[in-house]
Amino acid sequence: MAGEAIRVLDDKCVGCTLCVKACPFDAVAMIEVEGAAGAKKRRLARIDLARCTLCGACVTACKFDAIEMTEKAAAPAADLGAYRNVWVFAEQHDGEIQSIAYELLGEGRKLADALGAELWAVLLGAEIAGKASELTARGAQRVLVADRPELAYFQDEPYAAVLADMARRHRPAVLLCGATTVGRSLVARVAVALNTGLTADCTGLAIDPATKDLLQTRPAFGGNIMATIVCPHTRPQMATVRHKVMKEAVADPARQGRVVAEEIAEALLKSRTRRLRFVPEVETTVNIAEADIIVSGGRGLQKPENFAVIRELAEVLGAGVGASRAAVDAGWIPYSHQVGQTGKTVCPKVYFACGISGQIQHLAGMSSADVIVAINKDPEAPIFRVATYGVVGDLLKIVPLLSATLRRSLGK
Amino acid sequence: MHIVVCIKQVPETADVRINPETNTLMREGVQSIINPFDMYAIEEGVRVKEKTGGRVTAISMGPPQAEAALREAVAMGVDAGVLISDRAFAGSDTWATSYTLAMAIRKLGDVDLVLCGKQASDGDTAQVGPGIATQLDLPQITYVRKIEELEAKRVVAERLLETGFESVEAPLPCLLTVVKEINEPRLPSLKGKMAARKAQIPVWTAADIGADPARIGLQGSPTKVVRIFTPPPRQGGEILRGEPEAIVPRLAEKLRGVLVGG
Repeated sequence: MAGEAIRVLDDKCVGCTLCVKACPFDAVAMIEVEGAAGAKKRRLARIDLARCTLCGACVTACKFDAIEMTEKAAAPAADLGAYRNVWVFAEQHDGEIQSIAYELLGEGRKLADALGAELWAVLLGAEIAGKASELTARGAQRVLVADRPELAYFQDEPYAAVLADMARRHRPAVLLCGATTVGRSLVARVAVALNTGLTADCTGLAIDPATKDLLQTRPAFGGNIMATIVCPHTRPQMATVRHKVMKEAVADPARQGRVVAEEIAEALLKSRTRRLRFVPEVETTVNIAEADIIVSGGRGLQKPENFAVIRELAEVLGAGVGASRAAVDAGWIPYSHQVGQTGKTVCPKVYFACGISGQIQHLAGMSSADVIVAINKDPEAPIFRVATYGVVGDLLKIVPLLSATLRRSLGK
Repeated sequence: MHIVVCIKQVPETADVRINPETNTLMREGVQSIINPFDMYAIEEGVRVKEKTGGRVTAISMGPPQAEAALREAVAMGVDAGVLISDRAFAGSDTWATSYTLAMAIRKLGDVDLVLCGKQASDGDTAQVGPGIATQLDLPQITYVRKIEELEAKRVVAERLLETGFESVEAPLPCLLTVVKEINEPRLPSLKGKMAARKAQIPVWTAADIGADPARIGLQGSPTKVVRIFTPPPRQGGEILRGEPEAIVPRLAEKLRGVLVGG
């Protein structure tokens, strides 16, 4: 096994199987080997390198220091010290800066302070420069503005080219972006172009006090495990963050910052793709990815007309309307409302699951909500295991009653 | 037209359970499946072929057992599968993965359309599709819910956005990532299953695709996992039982704080 990136030190392994249990990839198994003459058979751990992703979970789990991971020689480090500030990509639609940008500024401020660096925002759009003050008011010390008609709305290639170009010239240490459709499509291109790392959907960000690296924590396997990821040898350290995970920076109009109009080379603005038309969705009143409150309906609604009770409660609360896969597959509501593994991942303050049993694929999309309210007639439904408040009963009675009660008590 | 579909073998999430005592993943008997989003990519590739002619090649980067995923793709109507497998790929992050798949697509030669699922259900990053497009300098349309038009040198597709959808035109070759709404994957036909059994699935190593050793696997990955842990399991809360008239006011009272505060 010599020369492999990870190996079990047989003289230290006691066959306890802690590593087998810790492996998220099913890559560790026990084998039996003959002991010395007369001695009992020994059990030893063996790592299947075809499955191993070198995540190090077994190394941490082993109480006997019996698993050794050799970090290969680091790639020649670029001059990392030249990369200083914390950047936030300020996503805008139709000239309106999206709330995710303010959430990133809130988090970016903490990171910039921990690094002793500045917090900058990057704003791409057309006739957009006037909006930069909304970013400085929320703590951006500098706003780099690319104000060009070609950047009016998101187009993958020019946006990626302009952002990568700015990063090459100004060298940020950290670049944060929303884990939105736009953000995920954009920065995945930028990271490859800059030959640097990108971590998706972070729920926790911090600066390692010793190395000053960005510690990026994110869920994987539908939230069943969490991983902390670093990008030690390249810059910028790039991460996307989901909506509603970080706290919005509060605006203070007294705050000042520099707004810098960036020179944009024509070549960067070329796009091979072309938007032919944009069709807003009529059904959505509140975008569930951004919603503070979501009311979701599932199979328990029995028929599409009954979504009316879900919509009513959503209307009372100013909430978004979500749905389980079962309701979407039945054609009761468009796919854009689906919450869960093959739909959207949401992170509201309050999530109402009405007539949703709570299959693991659904839980993967909503279990990070602060408060979960489950209404279901089956007391054994798995949704009750994650619910903050569970109501066992007929949702067609309970939800309208709840709407009426809350309408009164919230004075709406 | 040559269509390439990139697929990944993932653990069936429905089977992944946490052992409440040890707080670790219980992997016993966990089945491997094709990433759900990749099923839509396979189906769309086969539909395009049926409509416009041409051939579909599925590629997968993974351990030797990922060959099963490629055979399943063949059973669904894909013409050929190639497994990209090498110990040197272990530890690849999305950068190294997109580089590796891009090198394999280069080796395939004339490719008009690359299809990927929106994201994989185990990593959930949605980064590899755009990463491949950038590595190959291809235009991309992500989150595609419908291919509206497809001609020899041009594609028009509907991209799903948070606030609606947009119709986007791109020249070929182009890379698309697809969402669930795009189609309903078929079940393999008997003929397909026979083809899958007989299919030769070549294995391409790092050397076969001409990959730069410094850009693959752990070495080629800018990101490193430093810690893996299980989140504290969410505790079940309070269950309210009784007549709706009695419990709804109690629930409303409990929620008042969070709803107003929110």
